Amino acid sequence: MTVAVNPSTTGEPVFYVADEHPHPEGYSTSLGFWIYLMSDCLIFAMLFAAFGVLGANYAAGPAPKDLFDLDLVAVNTSMLLLSSITYGFAMLTMQQNKVGQTQMWLAITGLFGLAFISIELTEFAHMIHEGATPQRSAFLSAFFTLVGTHGLHVSCGLIWLVTLMVQVGKFGLIEANRRRLMCLSMFWHFLDVVWIGVFTFVYLLGVLR
Amino acid sequence: MSPDLLKLIFGRLDFESLPLHEPIVVGTFVVVALGGATLLAGLTYFRLWGYLWREWFTTVDHKRIGIMYMILGIVMLLRGFADALMMRGQQMLAFGGSEGYLNAHHYDQVFTAHGVIMIFFVAMPLVTGLMNYVVPLQIGARDVSFPFLNNFSFWMTVGGAVLVMASLFIGEFARTGWLAYPPLSNIGYSPDVGVDYYIWALQVAGVGTTLSGINLICTIVKLRCPGMTMMRMPVFTWTSLCTNILIVASFPVLTVVLALLSLDRYVGTNFFTNDFGGSPMMYVNLIWIWGHPEVYILVLPAFGIFSEVTSTFSGKRLFGYTSMVYATVVITILSYLVWLHHFFTMGSGASVNSFFGITTMIISIPTGAKMFNWLFTMYRGRIRYELPMMWTIAFMLTFVIGGMTGVLLAVPPADFVLHNSLFLIAHFHNVIIGGVVFGAFAGINYWFPKAFGFKLDVFWGKMSFWFWVVGFYLAFMPLYVLGLMGVTRRLRVFDDPSLQIWFIIAAIGALFVFIGILSMLMQFAVSLLKREQLKDVTGDPWNARTLEWATSSPPPDYNFAFTPVVHDNDAWWDMKKRGYQRPLTGFKPIHMPSSTGTGVILAGFATAMGFGLIWYIWWLAAASFIAMLVVGIGHTFNYHRDFDIPAEDVIRTEDARTKLLAGAK
Repeated sequence: MTVAVNPSTTGEPVFYVADEHPHPEGYSTSLGFWIYLMSDCLIFAMLFAAFGVLGANYAAGPAPKDLFDLDLVAVNTSMLLLSSITYGFAMLTMQQNKVGQTQMWLAITGLFGLAFISIELTEFAHMIHEGATPQRSAFLSAFFTLVGTHGLHVSCGLIWLVTLMVQVGKFGLIEANRRRLMCLSMFWHFLDVVWIGVFTFVYLLGVLR
Repeated sequence: MSPDLLKLIFGRLDFESLPLHEPIVVGTFVVVALGGATLLAGLTYFRLWGYLWREWFTTVDHKRIGIMYMILGIVMLLRGFADALMMRGQQMLAFGGSEGYLNAHHYDQVFTAHGVIMIFFVAMPLVTGLMNYVVPLQIGARDVSFPFLNNFSFWMTVGGAVLVMASLFIGEFARTGWLAYPPLSNIGYSPDVGVDYYIWALQVAGVGTTLSGINLICTIVKLRCPGMTMMRMPVFTWTSLCTNILIVASFPVLTVVLALLSLDRYVGTNFFTNDFGGSPMMYVNLIWIWGHPEVYILVLPAFGIFSEVTSTFSGKRLFGYTSMVYATVVITILSYLVWLHHFFTMGSGASVNSFFGITTMIISIPTGAKMFNWLFTMYRGRIRYELPMMWTIAFMLTFVIGGMTGVLLAVPPADFVLHNSLFLIAHFHNVIIGGVVFGAFAGINYWFPKAFGFKLDVFWGKMSFWFWVVGFYLAFMPLYVLGLMGVTRRLRVFDDPSLQIWFIIAAIGALFVFIGILSMLMQFAVSLLKREQLKDVTGDPWNARTLEWATSSPPPDYNFAFTPVVHDNDAWWDMKKRGYQRPLTGFKPIHMPSSTGTGVILAGFATAMGFGLIWYIWWLAAASFIAMLVVGIGHTFNYHRDFDIPAEDVIRTEDARTKLLAGAK
């Protein structure tokens, strides 16, 4: 609250706000969402740590070199990075109050996200088909869990995205919906940052190992 | 019906799962069922369901949610303590060839349930309840930042407690000890539902705890009244802030480690297995990275309570406020750098053990600073030995002993001798009972008149106090002795008859504590009956110092008719000293969040999902999960979550208080 201590005319100290305005709706939301994101970040940190500890325990099974198709991963990474850019466009058009364009960019973001998930699932299916299942070795357990948790987050983001598109369609770009789009934006970019970590530590360093 | 169909509907739940062959459990079930039926019948007869649903279950008022947390904590204390009595009885009897009265299968569940319940469903709700009730009042706010989330968090905690309680009568609980170390907790050695109950109870409750941590951080950071800078916050608010930061920074770790354990159990991955490259020691590391901060999560708010109580009942400003705040922050940070002292015997080598031994010892410095601050606050104060102050002094004596045995255990070579011995058990009960439990009782006695408008009865309060304190020493000092003689924890039968006398003393101590608990229940009952005599209309029965005492007892829904403005550390003391006049006119409508049943419904589905996953009833788990998604998303379509309390209502409430205050003079 920015209400200063009302300077009293008599010089007596003021002990209460006489003319009070309630906090605007969503006053704490961005802070709260940031803290939530940091707690989520910790979840990924733990999964990265588990991968760091177990990532070389192949148990005489397949190693990253045998499994990872870097070209496919590069395509997948670009899907996610592009979806972040298009989400950025959605936010820009939201600032200009253009409902139609915002919806369009959100839809494109969703399609990129969907493409990302589909490619990831294809990759998983391929690996499992080759016998590289999560049960095969601790390395594969950690791999599937880390990458899968990220994919699960993106899937949740997609459900959220569709929900918000319905809400924007129904109620327009009202204050509450702008705030929600902002939160999803932070979530979406956060997942991008996590993916950069996955791409680097799991795929690139894995193939180098 | 065909067995396949039965399996589809009920998973692995069948009549064999009901512990009908355990007379103790059946007896307990009969008593609980009769008690529960009486309670439900009473609620129905007096037509209280509607009232409970509207005014309590669906409330988003932080004060009522706080009270519900306290009730949950006290109810679960009875369950957790019943387990303690059973263990003390078993260990007292099982000598000279006697097997005692608990078989190994049951005994192992009892000690696991005792630890899990006491930490997650007694200590956590008591601490969270006090923070929920007091913090918004201390910072002059109308509610927490996210009132709906607060309601949801509470019901998730209840959901976890429901799952633990269900395990008593449907199936069984884990037999692994309270942290469920693999490989014992993995599917090969614990194929039954016990560990799954453990996992899902903690996961469901853990979501609530994490969200409530985020909520209270935001509340403290964003909703302080004008003039309350960070360094003017009451110490309890400071310790709450640090505790909630610890919650948000540690509970996700627990979530992950339990998720990985469940993957091992359900999917067959190899995180913590002995073969295929898994590492059981990674589990131990990860769970203590959560587990050590957890003990500070519990004890920091207790430190805050003792600070408030000491300065109030010494009639003095807290000595060394700034150092108190810094000590709290330092403890917060250091609590992340000591986790390995829980397993010095793992074999990390001398350098690693030395590092963690030294960081552990360093924590005693800020803690010692706090102790001296309390002592200097009392020095030359006009001390009133009311109940909260008595608990505080008992804490100071007891906690110092527990702290010193802790420093002893922090020395790695000593720990190699004492690891997993009863000395360790005595140590952590010494700090958790002496710190957290005594703190919660000090807080209950201190803030009860704020929450209900009458003080707690002193006679039964003193009974409770003396039986608890004497009982504690009788119960745990023998364990130090036994631990030094090499007795390890979790044993069911003993060979050496010379040890028996110490277990008998400990059992007598547990009985004393039992009388202490009963006295406390008696204290609540007697106080309720004598509420007219114990009534306080001033809202400030202790002549206290912080803002929560500036409003009426119990506070109105909106807490403060006008948001207070703060000029000093002890804001209410400052207001009293400078002749603050309570405003009598100029009231305006007040904007408040509205109640909602969504939190109860969501938590109900989460609990059902947990139950489905525990028993492999996949359709139930899937249906509950989808129901949660639908209800959760449906809730976001409700854009009108607030209402205004009309000015007339505020005027009526405030006028009523004016009359009461005039009558009191």
